[in-house]
Amino acid sequence: MTKVKKSSMLLSCLLLAALVSLLAYIDGSASSYIVRITRLCAINIVLALSMNLVQGFTGIFSLGHAGFMAIGAYTVALLTIPVAKKETLFMLEPLIAPFNTLTLPFGAALLIGGLLAAALAFLIGLPCLRLRGDYLAIATLGFSEIIRIVITNAQSLTNGAQGLKSIPKTANIWWCYGIALAVLIFISLLISSSFGRALKAIREDEIAAESMGISLLGHKMLSFMLSAFLAGVGGGLYASYIGTIGPDVFQISRTYDILMIVVMGGMGSISGSVVAAFLVTIGQEWLRVLDGPLPFLPFWPENGVSGMRMVVFSILLLIVILFFRNGLFGHREITWSAIGRRLSALAGHHKDGEVKAHE
Amino acid sequence: MNKRVLEVNHATMRFGGLVAVNDLCMHIDHQEIVALIGPNGAGKTTAFNMITGVYTPTSGSVTLNSRSITGLRPDRIAHAGIARTFQNIRLFKSLTVLDNVLIAQHLRLTSSWPAAVLRMPRYRRENEQMYRRAEELLTYMGLWDVRGEIANSLPYGMQRKLEIARALATQPVLLLLDEPAAGMNPAESAELTELIRGIRDRFHLTVLLIEHHMDVVMDISDRIYVLNYGSLIAEGTPAEIQQNEDVIHAYLGGDDDEA
Repeated sequence: MTKVKKSSMLLSCLLLAALVSLLAYIDGSASSYIVRITRLCAINIVLALSMNLVQGFTGIFSLGHAGFMAIGAYTVALLTIPVAKKETLFMLEPLIAPFNTLTLPFGAALLIGGLLAAALAFLIGLPCLRLRGDYLAIATLGFSEIIRIVITNAQSLTNGAQGLKSIPKTANIWWCYGIALAVLIFISLLISSSFGRALKAIREDEIAAESMGISLLGHKMLSFMLSAFLAGVGGGLYASYIGTIGPDVFQISRTYDILMIVVMGGMGSISGSVVAAFLVTIGQEWLRVLDGPLPFLPFWPENGVSGMRMVVFSILLLIVILFFRNGLFGHREITWSAIGRRLSALAGHHKDGEVKAHE
Repeated sequence: MNKRVLEVNHATMRFGGLVAVNDLCMHIDHQEIVALIGPNGAGKTTAFNMITGVYTPTSGSVTLNSRSITGLRPDRIAHAGIARTFQNIRLFKSLTVLDNVLIAQHLRLTSSWPAAVLRMPRYRRENEQMYRRAEELLTYMGLWDVRGEIANSLPYGMQRKLEIARALATQPVLLLLDEPAAGMNPAESAELTELIRGIRDRFHLTVLLIEHHMDVVMDISDRIYVLNYGSLIAEGTPAEIQQNEDVIHAYLGGDDDEA
């Protein structure tokens, strides 16, 4: 192993340790409100990374994310709600077998949710992935809506519009960050592999990629199914996080929320998605102040203007798009060697002698 | 006789009422350099697209090393051993020079994606092999020093070379070059001619090229096929083609040349 690799491995371990201690501190000492937002950040990282895989790295303009999230969320809900609770929940029509008597551990339910989402992605992908650009976006958007409408109407499976309550809130800070980290590592390894390069080639130029022997449908399907799997897992985490789900939770606006994170961070940047997931999640909460009364503004209505934060948020997003056309990171990534170069460049201004030591 | 690499048998490409290529018959032997020429709109690129699977011929067949590749998808044809460059350069623009050449080797990867993600030993070996071959190819093409550059930022001539390097990285038996000398000055064209000969010898390749620069065509080709209005009007050595009445007529004479 080279010296650079060794030191970046060491730095990564240190960072991980710091992160774990920070999370332990938040989990133990911070208010439950802060803990909730911290968990939501991790869930949004999972969702953003999964969307970035198709949108940013493969160049597939898919807008079906809310649908895949819904599959994961409902699977987790149906497999983890205690049997006694299910009986009281399904008042109009009883829950069909085997779900009425079956409960599984949270981890297994998440996995199954992801797998079901991936299986559905395969079926949706067969016709849709032959389409390009806007057509593909519209088709996937349509399928996402179909999933939601099926959920609304499959009373004996999903409890329809009443939704599902009392989902065990197993997804604590460790579940959320454990999975977020696993997804982060998985995506990084995938993208830096030969398969990741092939996906990027498809994004760059489909015709050239195909002439270089890359099977378009095969690789798009791989990316689409993996993304759906991760979206399903993210949806499952989300279900456990909010505790109550219904068809309304998975409207198209959910897809746009994630898309916003991906675009803001940079299509095709893993670091960008992670950073933007924090920025957007925390920002949306932090700007809540704007919904309430603002006493220092004399002309402001006494009870505040509800929804004001979204106006301000939209303006901020516009600014990002205007000044960072490719998102905050573009295609760039944060790596230890990149940080090292920055630092040595900075140090270079003061003492030239030590520049080499950092490399 | 030499081994026959490519054979096009009575291939016709029809788009609705338009016959872009009509009953094309051609063959290329091992390590030959063959040019396909003709006025604009003669159907040269359509012929290329039939060979590389972009279009499926309306009728007729294409065989590579006596194996039919008619109607196969472009990626399968690349697997079979045909690599190409494009008339208007199609690099993976925002990726590095090195990545461009690595991507072209993806088709020879035997590891599955989980093995790649888990960095299994076989994948590691294959990946190292890819880097080694990329280094070898880029060094040969004089592009190793710019391996870290974004493809789009290279000067035009280097982009052309990179496209050839990328095509070679797929380990083809037949290389198709669509106007490789387009936009080059005479000195650059001469260099290109040497380069094509060089790669033919080094990689034991067979080359089919479309070209408009007649000095390049006459210099490099073992044989020439001439298309006009989708039909083959002549075939022969450069000397024969230069004497051919029909060819001269198609290029210079008559009132039907500006098609």
